[in-house]
Amino acid sequence: MAIRKRELTFWEKLYLPQIFSGLKLTMKHFFVNLFIHMAHRLGLMKNSSAAVTIQYPEERRWLAPRLRTRHRLMLREEGTPRCVGCMMCETICPAKCITIVAGEHPDPNVEKYPTRFDIDLGKCVYCGYCVEACPEDAIRMDTQILDIAAYSRDAMKLDMHELLNPTLRKPLKECELKFPHKCAIHDGKITGSWDAVYGKGPKKSNQFESETPSH
Amino acid sequence: MIWDIVIKLVIAGAVFFFVLNLAGAHTWLERKQSAVMQDRIGANRATLFGQRLLGIPHSIADAVKMFTKEDFIPANADPFLHTLAPFLSVFFAMVAFAGIPFGDHLMLGGRMIELQVAKVDVALLYIFAMLSLGVYGVILAGYASRSNYALLGAMRASAQMISYEIALGAGIAGIVMIYGTLDLQEMVRAQGGLAWGFLPKWGIFLQPVAFFIFLTAALAETKRTPFDLPEGESEIIGYFVEYSGMKFGMFFLTDFVETILVACLATTLFFGGWQIPGLSVAGFNFFGHLIAVNPVIYALLGVMSFTLKVLIFCWLFMAIRWTLPRFRYDQLMRLGWQYLFPIAIANVVITGLILALVK
Repeated sequence: MAIRKRELTFWEKLYLPQIFSGLKLTMKHFFVNLFIHMAHRLGLMKNSSAAVTIQYPEERRWLAPRLRTRHRLMLREEGTPRCVGCMMCETICPAKCITIVAGEHPDPNVEKYPTRFDIDLGKCVYCGYCVEACPEDAIRMDTQILDIAAYSRDAMKLDMHELLNPTLRKPLKECELKFPHKCAIHDGKITGSWDAVYGKGPKKSNQFESETPSH
Repeated sequence: MIWDIVIKLVIAGAVFFFVLNLAGAHTWLERKQSAVMQDRIGANRATLFGQRLLGIPHSIADAVKMFTKEDFIPANADPFLHTLAPFLSVFFAMVAFAGIPFGDHLMLGGRMIELQVAKVDVALLYIFAMLSLGVYGVILAGYASRSNYALLGAMRASAQMISYEIALGAGIAGIVMIYGTLDLQEMVRAQGGLAWGFLPKWGIFLQPVAFFIFLTAALAETKRTPFDLPEGESEIIGYFVEYSGMKFGMFFLTDFVETILVACLATTLFFGGWQIPGLSVAGFNFFGHLIAVNPVIYALLGVMSFTLKVLIFCWLFMAIRWTLPRFRYDQLMRLGWQYLFPIAIANVVITGLILALVK
């Protein structure tokens, strides 16, 4: 189909009137915005805005609650992860960015818990499958953290410390987790004890000196 | 004798200081004015002593960046010509300011100081000659880079500049006929007083057609949007594609300096230069009442009037640059040769007829 161009009218062909109408539009924006900018300097007209700009680090856009942002792990009341180490998220992850190493939980109703739970954000594609796959509502992507940037690939790898407490950023100073876990801060050794979580009550069923193989 | 030289040097220094600083301020104006026109904020993150100062430190940051960047010369390029080109470009743009009168003469200590760097009888011709020589910098930049893209850009630029120079010259002819002189200072003097009793005798009122031809052609000479095909800095890049660091910065500076030059020319030729309506050496004529003005103050008022007019033109050019989209190349050539040039010639003929009938 031939595209028919609209014939220009005589006034449009003259260029100048069209140029003036264009200038009129931009000048209207210029003077109105300039006036509002000046009024802002004087502390007036706070309700009208002279620019559509969002001054990013200071000002943030409203984000939809369902937007998939950085992951976090949910906690039980006593401060241990809700995760039961079922590997559903690790299995479904299309980017293979989740690494879980499960350990045995002292509570016989829980069976397993993660001694290690890493997400490599450098690989993550933010598909949200892990959230959907989780039977325990242990992982969510609702932190609204978008500024995930780091100077190295290692710094993109989150472990349980950051996932359980989304306010933490790498590098971490000290470990705050009480339950036994493989702690990157202590060279990947298992630190923490269940005593610190449950107190020295009657002895629970199991010991956690050794790591339980996951695969 | 020695005083004459010192005075000339001081005036030349003042003009250069003003022009270079205004060119630097153009980078700020360009960012901020476009931002305000487009409902944005504009660059405001560079700080000086912790103060943002409306983004003015960005101009300084730009200069520092330009000076500290690597100066790269392509492997097969001629290093001498490659270095010479930006200097030629900026030199001819700067040197043209010598002909611009920015004030009436100033009587100081029994000495008459002409507020013009060089009192040239043919200042207008001189400025146009310098503007034309500016093309050499452009061609040389494209040729010495040994890059096809740079050479093509230089060809585009020179074709455009030469085409529009013809319209520019022919457009100005009308003004020259009316005032009967090529001396810009005399031309500005002739623009004092009133035409038909109510209008200031400025070029714009006597030669409105010439003004629009001059404005269009002069904007094309400065190589800025809507006539920025030689540069096309947003995508195609032109003759300075192989330049980096301060040598690129000099081409960039040339654009702004030429913009200021065109603003000065438009002011001088069409807006009465340093004239203020109603103000003459005798004093300020306020509805028949003559208020006496000190001669020194009178000269300074003239300089201020000239500066203000130039600033308004700079602002207007920036507004045009951020309003209009770029011409296509065939449209550009058609506008230059088929519209502007015949209109300019017709303007000359009609002006001549009217002058012959009036006299």
